[in-house]
Amino acid sequence: MSENLIEFNNISKFFGKVIALKDVTMKLKKGEIMCLLGDNGAGKSTLIKTLAGVHKPDEGEIVIEGKKTVFDSPKDALDMGIGTVYQDLALVPLMSVTRNFFMGREPLKGPPFLKTFDIEKANQIAAERMGQIGIDVRDPSQAVGTMSGGERQCLAISRAIYFGAKVLVLDEPTSALGVHQASMVLKYIVKAASQGLAVILITHNVHHAYPVGNSFTVLNRGKSLGTFNKKDISREELLGMMAGGEELDKLEVELKEMDRLSKN
Amino acid sequence: MSDKAKSIASKKTSGQDERLKEVSKLRLLLNRPELGAVGGAILVFIFFGIVAGDTGMFSAYGTLNFLDVSANLGIIAIAAAMLMIGGEFDLSIGSMIGFAGICIAIPAIYWGWPLWVSIIFAFAMAVLVGYFNGILVVRTGLPSFIVTLAMLFILRGATLAITRLITGRTQVPGLRVLIENDPIAWMFATDTFKWLFTWLGSMNLIALRTDGTPLATGIPPSVIWFIAATLFATWILMKTRYGNWIFASGGDKNGATNVGVPVGRVKISLFIGTAVAATIFATIQVLDAGSADTMRGNLKELEAIAAAVVGGCLLTGGYGSAIGAAFGALIFGTVSMGIFYTDVDTDWFKVFLGAMMLIAVVFNNYIRKRVTETK
Repeated sequence: MSENLIEFNNISKFFGKVIALKDVTMKLKKGEIMCLLGDNGAGKSTLIKTLAGVHKPDEGEIVIEGKKTVFDSPKDALDMGIGTVYQDLALVPLMSVTRNFFMGREPLKGPPFLKTFDIEKANQIAAERMGQIGIDVRDPSQAVGTMSGGERQCLAISRAIYFGAKVLVLDEPTSALGVHQASMVLKYIVKAASQGLAVILITHNVHHAYPVGNSFTVLNRGKSLGTFNKKDISREELLGMMAGGEELDKLEVELKEMDRLSKN
Repeated sequence: MSDKAKSIASKKTSGQDERLKEVSKLRLLLNRPELGAVGGAILVFIFFGIVAGDTGMFSAYGTLNFLDVSANLGIIAIAAAMLMIGGEFDLSIGSMIGFAGICIAIPAIYWGWPLWVSIIFAFAMAVLVGYFNGILVVRTGLPSFIVTLAMLFILRGATLAITRLITGRTQVPGLRVLIENDPIAWMFATDTFKWLFTWLGSMNLIALRTDGTPLATGIPPSVIWFIAATLFATWILMKTRYGNWIFASGGDKNGATNVGVPVGRVKISLFIGTAVAATIFATIQVLDAGSADTMRGNLKELEAIAAAVVGGCLLTGGYGSAIGAAFGALIFGTVSMGIFYTDVDTDWFKVFLGAMMLIAVVFNNYIRKRVTETK
């Protein structure tokens, strides 16, 4: 059991009478990518915030490397190696790559009380890290606003890894991206996992999740419909399990009906 | 064969790198927020050099005059710029100037406090006002525009009411005699580099009075404070962790919070900064004039914001520079004084100020688009 890097056992979260999450269980090993699938309102956001230490679960336990853990704050989660990349990425477009990369965690140099932001070192690390992903930042002092959506996503992930994330929690990393950009981000996610990180990829896009995921957990209305290994489930089955599945079937029937009527 | 291919490849990449670096250096310069203000200042100097070059505007005395005006505005403009970069406004700067003035004058004249105690008292009040502004904005989440607009009225009203209550009038004169031998008043009241001006006078390089002393006696304290404030603010913004937090807080409050930047603390400290800068302004002015007036600093908050905007600060926060604000203040100070040396009616100054600001905002908007555009 302890080979799991992180376990979420029977996590529940209530907001007043609303059951946001009920008995959600997930287990991840090093190097594994688990995709958390669910339609809007399935409880993805609540689960992310529970992972990130923003919410405390009302029931259930979080186990990291065999030890039961309680997060009192987002900082606790961060210190335990859970790096969450939110959908808004926490990047400031007007600030440079370097200044974004080290935002809130700037390297310092100099004597006590007169410590300054070691911008040379920061520039060097930022350029090096971005280079490793294959993003050539010609000038780490260029504004993040000049980067593409995929590059920004990669920057945010790279930052989480640099600051010691063992478990990456990615909130819809590909939702706003085109095909090319999305595949660039997914490639980077696979690379990160192959270096020993556990990745929780939250998405509602099965087509992005299926090629990269090792296992899939489907959330529907706050409940987990189970976790499936890739070999046990097909893309279509996954799609069907998400709330959208039945809806899509219904839509297809309706469209056929419209088609038939218009022909008559 | 493979070696040859490698050398070609490396040549290609190094060649490419060099070309890109050149472009990025040019871009870097074009993307600096203070570009507009520096260019504007150069244009202003060229203009007055042509129009008023032989009128004495650029004599030692004339230069110190417009530098003094610029410097006074610059001290508050720099603090306003830092607050704007942090994403907030302070409309109470002008009222704070009046309030700080009477905080110095009433205790010193009516309560018999030593002048230096009164000055420290004024600064303590400034910290309180700034803290109050900041905590109100941070806690309520209301726009700082509204909160500090309220403070503009409250402070000005309180200044007027308290002064009239204690003194029966709206001016408090009689401070000049207290300056001498005061342990800290000299920091706000002494001209420096007097020996330089005496020497320049003795060499007949600058204009002299009829008694043989130079017309310009030394660098006024405002200029020293102004230069110090510009350097200090630039150092903070560019070289410290706190500076990065200022940009982050103004650029994206939520993002900054998510990565652990103490946005609330940063903003509160910046509000304290503007109030303290207003108090430096007030102290210099009160000691120079020898009196405090309840209406001092009226509309100065808008001039400070205008200078910051001309200096490249975005109204939406997250972008700007202290050097830019300093040059913005220099433009306004130079024009407001320089206009006396031309045939132009001084009434036109405000027209210029407004036009300058409009041009600056349009220009800044363009720069922001450039900086944030996806390549």
